[in-house]
Amino acid sequence: MKLSRLLTGSLVALALATSGSVAADKTKVGFVYVGPVGDGGWTYEHDQGRKAVEAEFGDKVETVYVESVPEGPDAERVMTQMALEGADLIFTTSFGYMDQTINVAKKFPKVKFEHATGYKTAANVSVYSARFYEGRAVQGHIAGKMTKSNIVGYIASFPIPEVVRGINSAYLHASRVNPEVDFRVVWVYTWFDPAKEADAAKVLIEQGADVILQHTDSTAPLATAATAGNVIGFGQASDMAEYKDGPRVSSIIDAWAPYYVARTRAVMDGTWKTKNTWDGIKEGMVEIGEITNKVPADLKSEALALEASMASGAYHPFTGPINKQDGSVWLKDGEVADDGTLAGMNFYIEGLKGEVPQ
Amino acid sequence: MDLSSISPVLLIASLMVAATPILLAAVGELVVERAGVLNLGVEGMMIVGAISGFAVAVESGSPALGFLAAAIGGAVLSALFIVLTQFALANQVASGLSLTLFGLGASALMGQSYIGIKPPPTTAIEIPFLSDLPVLGPILFSHDLVLYLSLAIVAGVWATLKYTRVGLVLRAVGENHDAAHALGYKVMRVRICAILFGGACAGLGGAYISLVRVPQWTEGMTAGAGWIALALVVFASWKAGRIIVGAYLFGGITVLQLNLQAVGVAIPVEYLTMSPYIITILVLVILSSDKSGAPGSLGRSFHASR
Repeated sequence: MKLSRLLTGSLVALALATSGSVAADKTKVGFVYVGPVGDGGWTYEHDQGRKAVEAEFGDKVETVYVESVPEGPDAERVMTQMALEGADLIFTTSFGYMDQTINVAKKFPKVKFEHATGYKTAANVSVYSARFYEGRAVQGHIAGKMTKSNIVGYIASFPIPEVVRGINSAYLHASRVNPEVDFRVVWVYTWFDPAKEADAAKVLIEQGADVILQHTDSTAPLATAATAGNVIGFGQASDMAEYKDGPRVSSIIDAWAPYYVARTRAVMDGTWKTKNTWDGIKEGMVEIGEITNKVPADLKSEALALEASMASGAYHPFTGPINKQDGSVWLKDGEVADDGTLAGMNFYIEGLKGEVPQ
Repeated sequence: MDLSSISPVLLIASLMVAATPILLAAVGELVVERAGVLNLGVEGMMIVGAISGFAVAVESGSPALGFLAAAIGGAVLSALFIVLTQFALANQVASGLSLTLFGLGASALMGQSYIGIKPPPTTAIEIPFLSDLPVLGPILFSHDLVLYLSLAIVAGVWATLKYTRVGLVLRAVGENHDAAHALGYKVMRVRICAILFGGACAGLGGAYISLVRVPQWTEGMTAGAGWIALALVVFASWKAGRIIVGAYLFGGITVLQLNLQAVGVAIPVEYLTMSPYIITILVLVILSSDKSGAPGSLGRSFHASR
């Protein structure tokens, strides 16, 4: 008994020593992905960020990733494994990894963690996200003007603040240019399931939607829109440029690369500190993909002007007057939403039908 | 809430499309399990079928060739399972699981250069007059050929198992392989044929997702459909007729709940989302109250020397 304990103890020490020595010459960066790197959307863009880190630091850095990790206890196992293998910095790239990231971070105080789109921080856990709702404002504006049936379909993933914010922002800007517009929201409860996303798109199109907005990770809704004909959609999380000659009229691109490079450098320099980053169009974390010629020229210039006004900081998408769904006042005229309310947004604004699943 | 914007005709037409992949995969697995083999690699064979079919359809421009390639692709992967379980007598559960993992990886590799490409359209048949019928036209006479093929396969499997000598031998092998062997039936040969058939069906089901239902190639795009097909076989108590009920019920409620959400029905979305699973399980459990059990030799390895 004692001997075996001694043996395991020394083995662990040996393992730690070896991994320590590897870490000394190379910084190891781990990435936990919710979908496959070939999803063409969310995970694809995170992987582009990982490749940018490799390109920037070359031999000085080693990156590892695990794809299609389910949100839940399994994620904890994957993160623990990465930390045990000597990762110095781990990016966990989905909202549903939040508690798992915090749990694993407690066990490995020397490893730095970066959790995307969450709100729980710790001494060695930073959170980062992009102000996707700024992109949604541009999308909503285009959608409101482009729809002929006045029905816009919205494929939503999970009822979390990030998704609800997107729906509100898109609806707000669509209804400003087209008061008749009606949003039909479908919750699919998955980030990545092409068949289900395609089914949802098909259902919305059958119910008369001629604009499809999506907050899921694959290109399946665009493929369905292409089959249906006179329907437009937008690239989500990535440019999805392969549908440019089809339904895709613009896109929201998540540009993670600069952030990943900066944070990896901070770990190398020893200057890494816990941060709460929430950047938008201004900082370049959110980009609007090329607006195609399917959009009339005057509408395109309106959309670009809207983008420019957010880039300069002159305009905030959630500027009052805005009422909540029940008609009560949320923001008074000229009032701008504060980040705290936005980060925890779990209500619809006035005009949207249905309710946010709780 | 305006229920009138749900068109029942379009709903039924699209539920048939949504149900076809799991129907195909499940009927193939049914034959495999009736022969006494448990192949948990359905998901892997589906995804390999999805990419094989997609790749060949894109390269040749012919969806028909694509579906053929998908069936071959699924069968080739199942041949690996045959080597492991029928010749090396490896554990069937472990071999099946590894087949799924291998299939997911291999398909991602094969599909590297096919991301973002549009496949040639699989055209729906156009029967003059019949396809234009008001209600029956869209439901019965305006689908693609593979959908009809899937129904034909189920009918064929049902009739073969119930009425033919081949079906009887297959069931005998599945119920008690020692007895079947003693009677002089080639247990291994029967099982190999069944596994290949199951692989081909799963491959077809996968290609139906990548060529008709979505249509595009994305890594991991079957997203668990193979597991649902496996569960369906058990809940349908190994009967072909009930597989149709189960698959169409599952596909139907999946599409219906999306429709209900889109019109804003005041049922909490959480219940709607879980409804396909719960209702399908409930209905099939009630149907299978006659206690028809699993094939007797299910999951057991066979070697003539024992």
